[in-house]
Amino acid sequence: MSTLTEAPPPLAPEAPGPKPPKRRGRWTPYWLLLPGILWLLVFFALPMVYQASTSVQTGSLEEGYKVTWHFATYWDALSAYWPQFVRSVLYAGTATILCLLLGYPLAYLIAFRAGRWRNLIMILVIAPFFTSFLIRTLAWKTILADGGPLVGALNTLHVLDVTSWLGLTAGDRVLATPLAVICGLTYNFLPFMILPLYTSLERIDGRLHEAAGDLYARPWTTFRKVTFPLSMPGVVSGTLLTFIPAAGDYVNADLLGSTDTRMVGNVIQTQFLRVLDYPTAAALSFILMAAILLMVTLYIRRSGTEDLV
Amino acid sequence: MEQYEPDRLSPAQVAAVRRSFRNGRAALTRRSLLRASAGGALAAGGLGTLSACGIPAAGKTRGGVSADDLSAKEKTVTFSNWTEYMDVDDSGKHHPTLEQFTRRTGVKVKYTEDINDNNEFFGKIKPQLAAGQDTGRDLIVLTDWLAGRLIRLGWVQKLDPANLPHAYANLSAQFRSPDWDPGRAYSYVWQGISTVIAYNKKALDGVEVKSISDLLDNPRLKGRVGFLSEMRDSIGMTLLDMGKDPAKFTADDYDAAVARLQKAVDKGQIRRFTGNDYTSDLTSGDFAACVAWAGDVVQLKADSPDIDFLIPDSGYMTSTDNLLIPNKARHKTNAERLIDFYYEPKPAAELAAYINYVCPVDGVKAELEKIDEDAANNPLIIPDKAMAAKSHAFRSLSSKEETEFEAKFAKLTGA
Repeated sequence: MSTLTEAPPPLAPEAPGPKPPKRRGRWTPYWLLLPGILWLLVFFALPMVYQASTSVQTGSLEEGYKVTWHFATYWDALSAYWPQFVRSVLYAGTATILCLLLGYPLAYLIAFRAGRWRNLIMILVIAPFFTSFLIRTLAWKTILADGGPLVGALNTLHVLDVTSWLGLTAGDRVLATPLAVICGLTYNFLPFMILPLYTSLERIDGRLHEAAGDLYARPWTTFRKVTFPLSMPGVVSGTLLTFIPAAGDYVNADLLGSTDTRMVGNVIQTQFLRVLDYPTAAALSFILMAAILLMVTLYIRRSGTEDLV
Repeated sequence: MEQYEPDRLSPAQVAAVRRSFRNGRAALTRRSLLRASAGGALAAGGLGTLSACGIPAAGKTRGGVSADDLSAKEKTVTFSNWTEYMDVDDSGKHHPTLEQFTRRTGVKVKYTEDINDNNEFFGKIKPQLAAGQDTGRDLIVLTDWLAGRLIRLGWVQKLDPANLPHAYANLSAQFRSPDWDPGRAYSYVWQGISTVIAYNKKALDGVEVKSISDLLDNPRLKGRVGFLSEMRDSIGMTLLDMGKDPAKFTADDYDAAVARLQKAVDKGQIRRFTGNDYTSDLTSGDFAACVAWAGDVVQLKADSPDIDFLIPDSGYMTSTDNLLIPNKARHKTNAERLIDFYYEPKPAAELAAYINYVCPVDGVKAELEKIDEDAANNPLIIPDKAMAAKSHAFRSLSSKEETEFEAKFAKLTGA
């Protein structure tokens, strides 16, 4: 902070101009921080404390809830709902990898090869955001309908036999199976992958590619040794922006899935709104938060990148 | 590819589905992101502060339940209802029956469609009611189990029969005395909702469906059967099929019904448990048959000749949406006059002709015939004797039972 508030060098004594704005300058950073801090305090820190408190309470709607430091709720919630946790991580992880595989070539194309089409393609990437998340997910129900052309084609090509064998689909349908949920997650979060990838790819100096070529690197080697390492910040932030919301998502699992594809987001929703078991819902939220935080920390450490985009 | 037309879902369906997801989803993703970036905030907060914030007992409302009734001074009433639950004229801006009420009584109605989900709405009004404060609403419409919960918690006001002559005289016998509000001291029915079996003739492909057992057992329907995520409807229909009375079942009966459904889930017979979104599965043929709400089916049937419904011999469930006056409402008398207005045959008929749910008012048939003969003869809107005899209601649950049963049902539906 001190570097920011350093006062300007003292003026020469013979020039008694206006006093340096020292006093005002000292407080400027705090004033700038204030709105953000207040916002975080009211809408993040306080609800967090409230939820943390809820998670160690016991009681019922009629009798009220009291803080009894009942930490067993955490253990009970985890032992009852660990399959949904595992599922959330698996689905979100798979969707993130798929997003990376689909998004990287596209971002690469936009950054280096699109030429005058660049803006148009960027708009197309963002365009789905113009309609509601829910409508987009419901559209997938039409696309993947049992009697629809897509599922018909997949059946003819025996693709669904393979996915069934992998446990991703059931019988000759896609909807109401894990595959549908993963597809929905991939689709809905793909732009969150593409945008940061594009930003970091676009920043790479084209002359580096030329230099690699001059040093007899083949295109693949150039990509492996130059482009990809330089795009790592985009890869890391893209995967985070995809994985974190996908792990907490419950709309896709609810609309495209079935009873055996419910994710932890669905459990929290059900416990909070239907069963009215507020402590369990709060405990599940905190476990999810801790798990994501842990995974993200390990991931960032391993990927060895400090700046995200 | 007519399937891709975005208007396949009616605005009501879209609104209902969207509303029930949007809040939660946004909260979740935003929260997840924030968590990742500022996880240390909790540690800073210190655990000591945690014990300071318990949740007070819901039942103990501070102060009295009624506010000063300003009905005579302020000629208004604030009415919160579900979306698409009121007649609308062709321009889509006016509610003819509400305007009639205003013309007759001089009371202006502030009508908002801000209820989309019972659980969600309960979460919304709970803090005010628990603290004994005004919710800003004079009249709300809630499904019977939640209406029962509010009455149990003492969060709604007793109605004054002197202001409700038509309602008292014209309420159908079927709805007169539910066990959660004997004699209708606190509530009057807005509309009844029948739960039936709906099917798609094309998708059934000749398979005969007559009962819930057919849905649960017929191997030719494997993976193409839907049930409702509303516990009372799915379990109620199953209990009836097992020969139990949903108005008097025991905990063992409940467990048996859950086990019966669990078996069907395990062998892949039941494809999904759905909210309102079953309508798209049914029209696309992904569901060959499902448990469904009759009001929707009347609408779907009008749009597609393949959709039809049936009433199992074992009977069907009827629930109700009920008008209630929350504590501290400021225009109680005006609200009661509005309730009474909708129990006059003429406005009731106009409403019934528009929204296709079970009309709870006696003597509506003659009026409805003048507007829409088909609707007047539709047993799903005005139940005849045979229909009414097969109708069953789910018994009210104690708070403990409710939590326990909902938890078991949640387990059945996957979480």
